Amino acid sequence: MFEKEKLAKVKESLNAYEAKVAETIQKRPERKEVFESGSGSVVNRLYTPLDIEDFDYERDLGMPGSFPYTRGVQPTMYRGRFWTMRMYAGFATAEESNKRYKYLIEQGSMGLSVAFDLPTQIGYDSDHPLSEGEVGKVGVAIDSLADMEILFDGIPLDKVSTSMTINAPASVLLAMYIAVAEKQGVTPDKLRGTIQNDILKEYIARGTYIFPTEASMRLITNIFEYCSKNVPLWNTISISGYHIREAGSTAAQEVGFTLADGIAYVEAAIKAGLDVDTFAPRLSFFFNAHNDILEEVAKYRAARRLWARIMKERFGAKKPKSMALKFHTQTGGSTLTAQQPENNIVRVAIQTLAAVLGGTQSLHTNSKDEALALPTEDSVRVALRTQQIVAYESGVADTVDPLAGSYYIEAKTKEIEEEAMKYIKKIDEMGGAPKAIDNGYIQQEIMDAAYNYQKDIETGKRIIVGMNKFQIEEEAPKGLLKVDPSVGELQKKKIQELKAKRDNELVKERLEALRGACQTDENLMPYILDAVRAYATLGEICGVMREVFGEYQQSVQL
Amino acid sequence: MDRPIRVLVAKPGLDGHDRGAKVIARALRDAGMEVIYTGLRQTPEQIVNAAIQEDVDCIAMSILSGAHNTLLPNVVELLKAENVDDILVIGGGVIPDDDIPFLKEKGIEAVFTPGTPTSVTIDYIKNNIKRK
Repeated sequence: MFEKEKLAKVKESLNAYEAKVAETIQKRPERKEVFESGSGSVVNRLYTPLDIEDFDYERDLGMPGSFPYTRGVQPTMYRGRFWTMRMYAGFATAEESNKRYKYLIEQGSMGLSVAFDLPTQIGYDSDHPLSEGEVGKVGVAIDSLADMEILFDGIPLDKVSTSMTINAPASVLLAMYIAVAEKQGVTPDKLRGTIQNDILKEYIARGTYIFPTEASMRLITNIFEYCSKNVPLWNTISISGYHIREAGSTAAQEVGFTLADGIAYVEAAIKAGLDVDTFAPRLSFFFNAHNDILEEVAKYRAARRLWARIMKERFGAKKPKSMALKFHTQTGGSTLTAQQPENNIVRVAIQTLAAVLGGTQSLHTNSKDEALALPTEDSVRVALRTQQIVAYESGVADTVDPLAGSYYIEAKTKEIEEEAMKYIKKIDEMGGAPKAIDNGYIQQEIMDAAYNYQKDIETGKRIIVGMNKFQIEEEAPKGLLKVDPSVGELQKKKIQELKAKRDNELVKERLEALRGACQTDENLMPYILDAVRAYATLGEICGVMREVFGEYQQSVQL
Repeated sequence: MDRPIRVLVAKPGLDGHDRGAKVIARALRDAGMEVIYTGLRQTPEQIVNAAIQEDVDCIAMSILSGAHNTLLPNVVELLKAENVDDILVIGGGVIPDDDIPFLKEKGIEAVFTPGTPTSVTIDYIKNNIKRK
């Protein structure tokens, strides 16, 4: 890209510049001895062509919409269509959440994103003893198809795309979604959306696992296979770095560990006999957006380039769509402060810019009150408006990959790609992501990074405005969303009524059929779908699988 | 003091976000305390049993799921039922200020919300353990 003589000239002027800087610093020192990025890597004073000496446009960037996709997965990106503005929502009962979805659609939300409560995420019905106090708290409680029918009542499933944050019991919730669509007269081939379905990051960072690794991987490949034949527009997994970053990882770890998980899913699917180009186009990713805009932009670009190379070179994918990394972004929940919550609106705006400048396909912006509680209708609207202002007013969506060619961005993109690749190699040497999780390596790396981050805050090395600098005396915030504690009782009653009303013989029969299938190599999706249609509960279906597969035991190292 | 302060760091309920619990566990350990971390998804019964078996001075529970008003008081009640009155019980996590008076009334002696420096928690434990 750069001619040798020209680089030599740059080197000369850089030396002159540094000499001058040395004098300046003597008189007026810089603010810090070492400057660090949002995730702690060293930032140089200045970036020049010398930092990207071997940069090759065709090899490293190419055109948007083509290999290696550094500049984006679509040729025209947001000039054609904005990213999907998708606000994650769900709380209390299906009725309450249905109201919130309709409100968000009215306000211009383009897709739904369903948050489930913890019992649902872990495959327990609302009347299970472990569900005590948790029902409807961090998301909506879904016990059976009956709840799902209420959740999507009046929302045409052939018109919206729905993302469901569900992992261990993803097969069951997807089956419920398909069954609701059937009742609306919508065939599965019209359904658009995503299930998170990424169990490896649950073991690493989020904790809502149920089954041991092997059974979990089987369920995931069963979904890939079933959907490639029956629900072709559905994104069958969202391989998630979001939670890895929330758990405290650096930006490069977020890319490295997420893509290592991605590699594990691809390998499992190939091992199960699937052709890479049949399922790879339906893989999608999910990343975090933190405050260091420039590092984050480089992170998304590095992830795209690295994945494209992995799919092409390692797995021999042929279809361009198998190589193009599509991703959803959520602004970083852990970056929000309980102190001066209004400041969070600004943080979310910065993070929105990072995601958009990095070429995301879909974005969820957090609300200012999320360090305190679930968002209210007002705060969620401001969060959505933030995206709309960036989309319609800021101009950053009008040209593709506007930061390309910046010496810093390109150097940083390369740095993150290389660092992530180092992690991937290390994990390969351990035998792949599931093994590196079982031996605690990934969790340990993240925990170290999280602890360093905390220490930096406490020593004041890292400034968090309003929290460790520029504090004020504050009154407790008012008007937070409270989930009615009677939700648990309400859901219990609904389950009792359901069990009195449904054909319990049929339920038993279908659960037994599922149990039988679990003991073979058959695809479990049709059996789960049949059980769901008979109104078997989530807890009953997961219970059968728990009995056959057992449960994952976490190993904890501090 | 003849032995280091022993703390049980626990994650009650189904919430899997353990960054805070792990960070505080390490900080307490770096401050010279002996730390036992229970791992995820502990019932109040399991937490109390572990605390008694491990003979801890303090139970520190981290919770972000909104189930704190149910689960934290349960732990205190179970300790009372076992006639244990020398364990300091504290909590932390995403807990709205509005709920703190209720929790204190129920015997959770201190609640540390997001943004609390680990040194504050460390000092609190040092100054408030009830060892006889």
